[in-house]
Amino acid sequence: MNGVHDLGGMDGMGPIVVEENEPVFHAEWERRVFGMFLPIFACGYFNIDELRHAIEKMGAPAYLNTSYYEHWLHAYETLLVEKGAITAQELAARRAEIAQGAA
Amino acid sequence: MASSAHTRPLSDVEIRVKALESLLLEKGLIDQAAVDALIDTYEHKVGPRNGARVVARAWVDPAYKQRLLTDGTTAIAELGYSGIQGEDMVVVENTPEVHNVLVCTLCSCYPWPTLGLPPVWYKSAPYRSRVVSDPRGVLREFGTELAPETEVRVWDSTSEVRFMVLPERPAGTEGMSEEALAALVTRDAMIGVTKLKA
Repeated sequence: MNGVHDLGGMDGMGPIVVEENEPVFHAEWERRVFGMFLPIFACGYFNIDELRHAIEKMGAPAYLNTSYYEHWLHAYETLLVEKGAITAQELAARRAEIAQGAA
Repeated sequence: MASSAHTRPLSDVEIRVKALESLLLEKGLIDQAAVDALIDTYEHKVGPRNGARVVARAWVDPAYKQRLLTDGTTAIAELGYSGIQGEDMVVVENTPEVHNVLVCTLCSCYPWPTLGLPPVWYKSAPYRSRVVSDPRGVLREFGTELAPETEVRVWDSTSEVRFMVLPERPAGTEGMSEEALAALVTRDAMIGVTKLKA
């Protein structure tokens, strides 16, 4: 699939920013998203190609304006709902509960 | 990770992650211990020190180097490094004539068993877009100036094949032990954006 993810040779993406002594993860939520990677695959709902395809379907503005582990999170949510492992309603309800509890 | 530890409202992405993880745990689809184990492995156990040991072995053992360049996956597994995102490894050798550098233009493919998880810049749009169109310019930004006659090869990783660079052994390291050599080897040299110094 041709799209914004296919970045090789594209101009105008700005400078390469290198972080000295970069940590493996930059936030606890990144740790959790990474940690779910294999356990979610082990559920058997989707494979690595479907994961990347879900990321490629994000749309150009979202793809370029969100961080790497947000791409993974988007793909998990999208595919697990599409495959029926969870429902969008359950996810929305749980988010609302957590937002209220943490507010 | 207890919510009481937070002194500020959770961000949207934090809420999304907590919601998803808690739902999956509740449904028994994932196991907390498995999530924690994966994090611990890649945060604390697997990283570029693994790749550095492979490189040092190749420098001191010509037969191993030959195996490494012929069948990277098997030779790397000899040192105990294998597994996901490293199932099919191809090792490319830097020489005075040829300089190799790695990218994944489509996403973030990277040899996890030998290098760990990739740095943010490797996964970023600026690096992925530009290293294939202007590799010498990108290398210069990393402080690597190549002779005009040096050939540059850029390897685009895929989810099937992962590459790793075997850097040139620095001059003046002839008497050094394998362990001391491994300490010289950096992640960036195994990606191919820098050269090593003694």
